[in-house]
Amino acid sequence: MKKMLTGNSSAAWGARISDVDYVCAYPITPQTEIVETLSSWVNKGALKARFVNFESEHSMFAAAGAASLTGARVFTCSSSQGLIYGLEMLYSIAGWRAPLVLVNVSRGLGMPMILQVEHGDVLATRDSGFIQLHAENCQEVLDLVLLGYKIAEDSNVMLPVVVNMDGFVLSFARQTVDIPQREAVEKFLPRYSHPRPLLGLESAPVTYGPTTSDGFVYSFYKYQLHKASLESRKVFQTAAQEFFKIFSRRHHAVEAEMTEDADYIFLVTNSYSSNVRAGVRSLRAKGEKVGMVKLKMLRPFPREELAEVLSQAKAVAVFEQNLAPGRGAIIYPEIAEALYHSQERPDVLLSFIGGLGGTPLGMPEMEYMLKKCKEFLKTGHGPEQPLLLYRSEDWESMKHSLSKTGLPVSREVS
Amino acid sequence: MSRPVTDGGREMIATKHPLDPMIRAERLPNIWCPGCGIGIVLAAYVNALTKSTKPHEKNVCISGIGCTGRIAGYLNLDTYHTTHGRAIPFATGMAVAKPDLEVFVIAGDGDISTIGGNHLIHAARRNVDINVIMVNNFNYGMTGGQHGATTPLNARTHTSPYGNVESPFNVPYLVSAAGASFVARWTALHVIQVTKAIKRMMEIKGFAFLEVLSPCPPTYGEYNGYPAALDMMKHFRERSVVDNGADLSTVSVATGADDRIVVGNFVDRKRPSYDELLTELQARTGKKSGALTEA
Repeated sequence: MKKMLTGNSSAAWGARISDVDYVCAYPITPQTEIVETLSSWVNKGALKARFVNFESEHSMFAAAGAASLTGARVFTCSSSQGLIYGLEMLYSIAGWRAPLVLVNVSRGLGMPMILQVEHGDVLATRDSGFIQLHAENCQEVLDLVLLGYKIAEDSNVMLPVVVNMDGFVLSFARQTVDIPQREAVEKFLPRYSHPRPLLGLESAPVTYGPTTSDGFVYSFYKYQLHKASLESRKVFQTAAQEFFKIFSRRHHAVEAEMTEDADYIFLVTNSYSSNVRAGVRSLRAKGEKVGMVKLKMLRPFPREELAEVLSQAKAVAVFEQNLAPGRGAIIYPEIAEALYHSQERPDVLLSFIGGLGGTPLGMPEMEYMLKKCKEFLKTGHGPEQPLLLYRSEDWESMKHSLSKTGLPVSREVS
Repeated sequence: MSRPVTDGGREMIATKHPLDPMIRAERLPNIWCPGCGIGIVLAAYVNALTKSTKPHEKNVCISGIGCTGRIAGYLNLDTYHTTHGRAIPFATGMAVAKPDLEVFVIAGDGDISTIGGNHLIHAARRNVDINVIMVNNFNYGMTGGQHGATTPLNARTHTSPYGNVESPFNVPYLVSAAGASFVARWTALHVIQVTKAIKRMMEIKGFAFLEVLSPCPPTYGEYNGYPAALDMMKHFRERSVVDNGADLSTVSVATGADDRIVVGNFVDRKRPSYDELLTELQARTGKKSGALTEA
């Protein structure tokens, strides 16, 4: 069934056709429509689940993890400040090995407060043990919820999954979304059964989260988490193949387009992948040998796939919507590390930061990034710091603000 | 200061308002919906401020997130727009570090009693010398109307479309039990009483709490029988009962047409404030701080 759905509705539909048992909610812009949709379905009986509107994200995540351990299929969602407020529980949920799906609707983190997109929220959870998948469009939001449960509940993984979508750009934008039939989903995603559920009448008593004073025991559990996360890459691959057979849509941890003969590759995540694709096509039409790589899986980090696809290029421009004070961009160093161990690697690897607070990414930015790549390829060295992307009018205002505060007027984040 | 005001697309010039010096007029018009009570609370607070003997630089206003949270941005004072639920601990830090400040928290029910509920009871328990005005519109208004800890039983919201099954907090009862020095409740209709309560809060040593019930026409009102701007105000006028000595265990709020709304200055008592206790402790030990490090 094809419908025009917002990203938020797509997430709700993903939970509905996954036949979730329990929905934990707390309102926050721009995510609230997801929980409103789900609560309405629960109230009407269209979704046979229990719905609780909690008093905070922190308690919401605690309940979500606990419910998952009892054997329920759990869905929850949050955004920005809410996600970070519940961050303590995210580490716990992963440590409990409680499989569930959390949809995050990316929004910048205060202060100052903003409602539009920036990826600092979801990237702050990258080391929690959650598997992290980023969606480009509304269809991917729905698909990744399904795939999320498939991976999370795999007995070799047993980890929670966070599916990310961009606030406003996807959350409130309607796109055509194919909602799979329930029977097809049941085939792909059979009923969840926890191998050692809490309160399982037939199982021996279990204790979760005991204190250990022994470093060895602590590291043993953390190492198991790491191994399970790495294992999920294989599980993702298998699940994606099965997904393609049933639903005819392909998903890969790393998605390369027009890269075979590309000298220049743009690397991007989330919804701005669509803008980059359009930009790459325009540049191709002008004769530029450009391509793009979309990073769909952030955790576990698909290092080998990235190295393979990027190593042939002359220059790679890594575009990110985050700014980590004291570091620059968050994903760039991980790309650099992935390439470091390759025999062949691009001569230039540039970091670009843009789209903060929903600022645009279009042809001017694409052309600027390509120009910089060419420039540094020619001179043989690149800037050591990320470059900020601004539209000319924004850049004028930014220059004014920078000079007023006495900071160097440069796009380079130094 | 004259300022252009947009009225349904027409531009008109408003004359100077007596409260203008205390308002950041350049940020107007405000974001609140027609019929909302938050602007009334803002005006009452500013009115009380103009009558305060404390210099303006000694007054600070802290808000949380949500519709009421926007108050901080409209005041021509030192103000702080904090994170959701964390206005009270922020205020505690400020009041304990600078006891000469008059610290007000003005935030919504979602902020104060739901996500920040824990801080509310602990600040009351400590009797920290701060003043908290909780504007209660019975739902999360900013995010479009979801039920929270003050949504009446059976009330309809976007996340309880067939009626809320959770019992709400009776916040004055809760705060009183936790130990606040001053506890009051009025509605956005009771402008004079709200202003007087705020003035009294400025005199109180210790934790002072005021709940102001507010209409929320487009979200809570729409689904619970009060869709027009004045509907809830009329209800407040008809159903409010002033009872300063009310038994607080009986003052839960419901918004049904026949429900009574008990209002009044319920608690006004002398209890040592947190600042007084800390000062007394320091006098007793003869040390300013770090007493535990010296045997």
